[in-house]
Amino acid sequence: MTTVTAGALAPVRGRARRPVPVMIAGGFLALVVVAAVCAPLIAPHAPDAVDLSASLAGTTSQHPLGTDASGQDLLSRVLYGARSSLLAPLALLALAALLGVTMGTVAAWRGGWVDTLLSRVTDVMYAFPGLLFVVLVIAVFGDGLTTSIIALGLAYAPTIARYTRSLALAERSKPYIDAYRVQGMSGTRICVRHLVPNLAGAIVGYLVVLFGEGLMSLATLSYLGFGAGSPSIDWGLMVQEGQDAVVQGALLPALVPGTAIAAVVVAFNIVGVRVSDRLGKGR
Amino acid sequence: MLLDIEDLTIELPPGAAARPMLAEVSLGVGRGEVVGLVGESGSGKSTTARAVLRMLPEGARTSGSVWVDGEDVLAMDPARLRRHRSRTVSMIFQDPRSAMNPVRRIGDFLTDPLTRVLGLSRRDAVAKATELLASVGLSDPERRMRQRPHELSGGMLQRVVIAAALSTEPDLLLADEATSALDATTQAEVLALLRGVQEERRRAGSGLGTLFITHDLPLAAAYCDRVYVMYAGRVVEQQPARRLFADPKHPYTRGLLECSPSLEDDREPRPIPGRPPSLSDAFTGCPFLPRCARAEAECESWAPVAVPFGGGDGDGDGPEEGGSAACRRLELVSRSSA
Repeated sequence: MTTVTAGALAPVRGRARRPVPVMIAGGFLALVVVAAVCAPLIAPHAPDAVDLSASLAGTTSQHPLGTDASGQDLLSRVLYGARSSLLAPLALLALAALLGVTMGTVAAWRGGWVDTLLSRVTDVMYAFPGLLFVVLVIAVFGDGLTTSIIALGLAYAPTIARYTRSLALAERSKPYIDAYRVQGMSGTRICVRHLVPNLAGAIVGYLVVLFGEGLMSLATLSYLGFGAGSPSIDWGLMVQEGQDAVVQGALLPALVPGTAIAAVVVAFNIVGVRVSDRLGKGR
Repeated sequence: MLLDIEDLTIELPPGAAARPMLAEVSLGVGRGEVVGLVGESGSGKSTTARAVLRMLPEGARTSGSVWVDGEDVLAMDPARLRRHRSRTVSMIFQDPRSAMNPVRRIGDFLTDPLTRVLGLSRRDAVAKATELLASVGLSDPERRMRQRPHELSGGMLQRVVIAAALSTEPDLLLADEATSALDATTQAEVLALLRGVQEERRRAGSGLGTLFITHDLPLAAAYCDRVYVMYAGRVVEQQPARRLFADPKHPYTRGLLECSPSLEDDREPRPIPGRPPSLSDAFTGCPFLPRCARAEAECESWAPVAVPFGGGDGDGDGPEEGGSAACRRLELVSRSSA
């Protein structure tokens, strides 16, 4: 929406050029997504092909990024690992956004004791360390990727709820919302059809920033052994599986997935800040 | 009487304001009647209009009643209230640009009440909306339907808002400074449009009542049948429009008329001294006292009441010729003549 408006106002100058770091980060992310989607086509080996004769091999022409202790090709595993490492944060954010946006909007719209109650619940969640909460949930419901996603989704919801609430409070006081109420439109309908869609830009921008954080948290959980477990392929899990080899002088099994995590998170943050700036503008 | 406000008082929670936002406001609008509501900003005009829709300030306490078509708006249950808002009453806002969802198309703005309230099919709603746009004098209505608010001028948008307000065929129209943000020629066009709608409905036998809120007393006097003047949350005077202009009774009304420049004589516009009262100003007697040129010591303890004059019973019901004003000096005059 914002870009349409900007285009209509300044059709001659064209769009302002994006800064170089954002271009690089965006290009890198696009590449990662393509690599994850096309992993079966690009990967030189099957990700779970064990070759004990090539255990902990360095960079060779056969294994460009080396192999792990079982002789599995690290490049192939990183490519396949991108799939769950990108999809899981997406699922987590979808859950967190659904809960958070609903809570934030309801709190802002109803005000009064509903707002107080929801805000206090949010405060309690804030006061509780996120990872501790997640570990607690996992301790109760057992580990696994699904539990991690749900637990992190719950942990992220208050942040989104608080952000949405502040946006919704400002939006709610705009005269057009009043105009809908004057037309006799019900509160639910105004929120679902008009208020939340008008906040969507800013919320999506915020979610992009949160994506990097979500990926990081999930990798942490997998690393700690609470998230995805063997035989699934996940970057966090790969770091954990590769760390034993560090003692034997082979850095690649831990370094390759670790770098992948770091690079993707940094790229998401760079792009996220840019996106939230642009989508948040004009409000 | 279509709209009948009786002794409406709206008070904010203690601590938020020193005086009620509205104090014992009584006001009536008949079918087919155009009633003006005039006053400075903060005098309670908009609060009165919003009370008709029960859009009250948060935490406000009310007393009195707002009768619309024989039903008390302040006592309606939520479902009835929504129906009341969507069918019986429509409101036109001062700034049409901010009153419209900036990311929705003009067409959505118009078809939404048609499908939601009148139950029209999507196709019928679009046809009806296009027709409505043409009827409020917009050129190329099919294209307008697809445009967004930022592509239209303020005058055009106000026509769209009027079209939307009339689309559900309400009995009562609340025009809250509907023409104040428009330039003079557009203002005249919009007024002519509203006048035309009024005539059309009168001929069709289903009179449309209009509460026309403005800060422009000469405009109200020229456009309305009857004018109420508000000050500090109170109605200080009400009279048939022509009479109000010719023979204002309350010193505040007189002051307002003297504020506006006139072409007929060479007198300078004279501002009312002092400033409009805020919600933190409390009054023991007449609220206009600090700015009144004819104030007397007794005014300080005089609780304002509407003093009828000129034949009417002064409660504002019906198109009688008389009026009322809340001034102690008037009370003295009427008592001595009785």
